[in-house]
Amino acid sequence: MADQSRRTFVGRALAGAGALMLGGCYDLSQKKWVTGILGEVENLTRRAQHLFAGQHTLAPEYAKSDIAPVFRANGTRDPGTQEYAAHVATGFVDWRIAVTGLVEKPLSLSMSELKALPSRTQITRHDCVEGWSCIGEWKGTPLALVLAAAKPKPNARYAVFYCADPMTVEGDPDHYYYESLDLAEAVHPQTILAYEMNGEALPVAHGAPVRLRAERQLGYKQPKYVQRIDLVEDFSRIAGGKGGYWEDLGYTWYGGI
Amino acid sequence: MTDQAQRMPAMPQSPAKSAVRTALGVPQGPHTLVYRHSMWVRAAHWVNALCLVILLMSGLGIFNAHPALYIGNGSDFERPILSMTAQQNNDGSLTGTTWIALKPFDTTGWLGASREDGQWMARGFPHWATLPGPQWLAMARQWHFAFAWLLVANAALFFAWGVWKGHFRRDLLPDRTNIRHLPHEIVQHVKLRFPHGEAARRYNGLQKLAYSIVIFVLGPLIVLTGLTMSPTMDAAFPQLLWLFGGRQTARTIHFLCAFSFLGFFIIHIAMVVLSGAWNNLRSMITGWYAIEKEDSRG
Ligand code: HEM
Repeated sequence: MADQSRRTFVGRALAGAGALMLGGCYDLSQKKWVTGILGEVENLTRRAQHLFAGQHTLAPEYAKSDIAPVFRANGTRDPGTQEYAAHVATGFVDWRIAVTGLVEKPLSLSMSELKALPSRTQITRHDCVEGWSCIGEWKGTPLALVLAAAKPKPNARYAVFYCADPMTVEGDPDHYYYESLDLAEAVHPQTILAYEMNGEALPVAHGAPVRLRAERQLGYKQPKYVQRIDLVEDFSRIAGGKGGYWEDLGYTWYGGI
Repeated sequence: MTDQAQRMPAMPQSPAKSAVRTALGVPQGPHTLVYRHSMWVRAAHWVNALCLVILLMSGLGIFNAHPALYIGNGSDFERPILSMTAQQNNDGSLTGTTWIALKPFDTTGWLGASREDGQWMARGFPHWATLPGPQWLAMARQWHFAFAWLLVANAALFFAWGVWKGHFRRDLLPDRTNIRHLPHEIVQHVKLRFPHGEAARRYNGLQKLAYSIVIFVLGPLIVLTGLTMSPTMDAAFPQLLWLFGGRQTARTIHFLCAFSFLGFFIIHIAMVVLSGAWNNLRSMITGWYAIEKEDSRG
């Protein structure tokens, strides 16, 4: 290349890179082929992390002295519906957790039936996707026990959690918070349906009467106010099709980082 | 760096053109072109530059989702070691405050509160510094992780090649002579006197030290602290938390590393410009670097 044309080339390349950085990344983020590549990256991250973490490694557990004096409540702090207020008033005696979908034995458990099953207590770190962390103690029923009682069918791949907190923005059709985990994460020993936090009944702000804890995942993968667990083969026809409320808004389904 | 060389005769030029060329570092007198950077170094260099810019800007976008840093495993919201906040004024504008160790600094317009299209926004870093520009955590994270993979793949190839070809030992790691000459070189750099002639064939001690710190310390540190923030990685390698003193400390170190990279960037680019922008840029694009004959400048 002659000096002159090389200089024009370099100039153009630099100008192009600059334009890409400043405006382009926003536009690029909306393009199908770009989101396609970013989706492949998510799969790569998930596979790589599974390779190292496997199914059984445990999230670190902490000492009582590490428990945060104030555990931040994020997302819904009170579902605010009449039905929910009625449950609060009656101490959740009528709250039920249904297990439905691809199971041999559909279940509908009351809180006292859930609490009658063996429990696990763990002091773990909650990592919010926003970047902060809080340590708290959780007691609950391992989800593996509940699922085993319902006998998943061989084609069940995901557990979808339906919650009581409405996420409807004005003008939208009604919809509620929902989330999903693959079955491997759902039966992980630290994945529990937690009904106690720091030794007391789960507060409303943290998902009373029962929330999911999946300790190797970020906070948005651990729904509060859980009412139904549906086992499915794929979630592409549920709500926005991405497997969760935040996922439908662009967050990755894989929430391990 | 090989010893292939081409001899170039001096070119006759107009005085104005010659002044511009001197400023750009285009050699004027008789010079030799040496093949300074191999294709692998050049490719890795530009991939790296792209990754670092995108990682820095998307990282700042992520930071803005919760613009505060802490020490330990959990966040002590009352005592962040750094945070950025915004306060509404009567006239509708915002005051941005940056708190370092609980001491407030007014950073209106830059940190905490800044304007986007004339509109005041409460945001840690301003829109022109983040990627995507508008606050969009989900997309900032996706860009960050995509380019983190590219950075790691690029680094892995570069490390394998560097060890195999002896590039690290020969060209990058400072040797004993370099270290002995370091004080002298620092003085020379501060006076903006850069090596010429034969001495410019190889990296000088200060360059070697700077590049080595970035490649062997800062790089691994920012990758490992990035992974420590992943709850799944902490299950696989709890040692990471012990190593960095908790997830939030890892996040703080990650942030400090990112700004060390930025500091390196700025000095690196300043040095490239001051010691002959065009010659340096060409050598990192085509590989060929011009060395003046010793007698041409003295
Ligand atoms: C393999 C490499 C990397 C990985 C795995 C990684 C991972 C991460 C993660 C998980 C976060 C989110 C933290 C949070 O939850 O708030 C983050 C934030 C960030 N990253 Fe990276 N990162 C990498 C490389 C880099 C590089 C090279 C830079 C800059 C040159 C950078 C700059 C930032 C910044 C400024 C933030 C936001 C502030 C912070 O949380 O420290 N990252 N990174």
